[in-house]
Amino acid sequence: MLGYIFRRILATVPVMAVVALFVFLMLRLSPGDPAAVIAGDYATAEDIARIRENLGLNEPIIVQFTSWLGQLLQGDLGISIFTNLPVTTLIAQRLEPTLLLALTTILFTLVVAVPLGVLAAWKQGSLIDRGVMLFSVAGFSIPVFVLGYILIYVLAIQLKLLPVQGYKSPFTDGLWPFLRHIILPTITLSVIYIALIARMTRASVMEVLQEDYVRTARAKGQSEFKVLMKHALRNAAVPIVTVVGLGIALLIGGVVVTESVYNIPGLGRLVLDAVLKRDYPIIQGLILLFSFVYILINLIIDLAYTVFDPRIRY
Amino acid sequence: MSTNMDQVDFTESADATLSSRKDVSLLAIMWRHPSVFWGGLLLAVMVVVAVIGPLFTVDPVALNPIKRLKPPSAEFWFGTDFLGRDVLARVVHGAQVSLVVGLAVAVIAVVLGLVIGLVSGYIRWLDAVMMRVMDGLMAIPGILLAIALISLSGATLVTVVIAIVIPEIPRVVRLVRSVVLSVREEPYVEAAIAAGTRTIPILWRHILPNTIAPLIVQATYICGSAMLTEAILGFLGAGIPPEIPSWGNIMSEGRTYFQLTPWIIFYPGIALALTVLAVNTVGDGLRDTLDPRIARKM
Repeated sequence: MLGYIFRRILATVPVMAVVALFVFLMLRLSPGDPAAVIAGDYATAEDIARIRENLGLNEPIIVQFTSWLGQLLQGDLGISIFTNLPVTTLIAQRLEPTLLLALTTILFTLVVAVPLGVLAAWKQGSLIDRGVMLFSVAGFSIPVFVLGYILIYVLAIQLKLLPVQGYKSPFTDGLWPFLRHIILPTITLSVIYIALIARMTRASVMEVLQEDYVRTARAKGQSEFKVLMKHALRNAAVPIVTVVGLGIALLIGGVVVTESVYNIPGLGRLVLDAVLKRDYPIIQGLILLFSFVYILINLIIDLAYTVFDPRIRY
Repeated sequence: MSTNMDQVDFTESADATLSSRKDVSLLAIMWRHPSVFWGGLLLAVMVVVAVIGPLFTVDPVALNPIKRLKPPSAEFWFGTDFLGRDVLARVVHGAQVSLVVGLAVAVIAVVLGLVIGLVSGYIRWLDAVMMRVMDGLMAIPGILLAIALISLSGATLVTVVIAIVIPEIPRVVRLVRSVVLSVREEPYVEAAIAAGTRTIPILWRHILPNTIAPLIVQATYICGSAMLTEAILGFLGAGIPPEIPSWGNIMSEGRTYFQLTPWIIFYPGIALALTVLAVNTVGDGLRDTLDPRIARKM
């Protein structure tokens, strides 16, 4: 098993290398002079020269790549063009809201989606099942931001139950203001994720419910609840957890949009502001960070199987 | 010899599929899945609106400063925006952008993914390299990749399509590759190899036909998600510039006045959600019909 764990960790290296190479080449292979593009329409020659210097575009491409990679491996993501601050500093400033929003979203999603999926699989063809399936199709069709504005309109503007926008930190502003402000973004961001996970839970629990050991459990008089929880859900857990990991990609995309709708000063807003100002070091740093997190989470999930699931042996 | 073998295998596999296959004509699919009928109808209505709708609406970029931010009325069915432009006209014109982007992305992503998937699924040494590249590409969040590409190349219809296509390719490649890997072990492919058929005819005649059904289903899902991504890009201000009305940029411009005039966001939002819902419903129906193995699970 140690051998497998080692090989699995090693396998992430080429994937991360491809991400890094792609991000590096994206700027260099883009049409026209990237320094001029980044500088924008009103830039002076000095601005362009300064940006070219900042990005190291004067060097031969091999030299650029090795020095860039060297910095990257030391955790240096470069200097922002407009604020002149290290990208890592900017990320650290904006990390908290995004991290907390992601956590509340994953928690809320699991609490809602897994029971819904189990219920739908248990009562296949029932009203609940149809409802869950309808929700999962609709969840993939409603744009995140439209849903956000519908929630704001109904719950915040018309009913005045919750604040319209903004973010309050649980550490400096207190837990209650934090919760009030995070409810709507969490629901907004969760919907597509719930759709995905409820659907997957339903599918994999349905498959397990047809197994012999489930019939045996029922035959020996085990309660339905125990059959569902102990026999069905636990054995259906692997594909569900896999999709939770893969769904992180949806979550990352959704964070950018949700933070923009609710005016949350997180990483999503940072990257969006950087795109509008063409602050390439920030864009590049955040793509690397998000991809790294995605790869890492899926690595951890993969490794967790081998440790916790005795059926999986390599 | 070679043609003989091919023929034998062809008829054999054709018989096998014929006996298990139900009627797959479009009408038959619609009859069995009423949701596909309604989805298809809705989609057809959207296409008609996009194609001939602009003939019946006023100029979507005509400014009318006196009638700014008016609520929906008999004159302006969907109200007006902050420059006094008719929101109905803009939404109708925006349908064109959404449908064109959805269709273009689906076709281009499927064609590119098909070529890469066929080649890498069949040629083993290339496979390892290609799959690492695809894994890397899949690890980059699609929307971030798209906005980064657009910020470097400037936003036009073409660059938006390209930026949405690139993150979609790996999913198609993986799908095609999985089909190729299972089909290449089939006896009729082994027979064709044994008979000395060259690689390209094998790919074209024996492997390609097996990828078509799953690819049609995948293409509809890509079409739906491309329309969403296009709208998100427009909404974030990184998409097609507002001179060309698109559902995304109409909503983006409506954000500032949302508390006053929520309909500027709601009308294009509803149009977009319904269109994507229609596309996804058609996709689900096609999947149930063309690929019963997966259909039973989902």
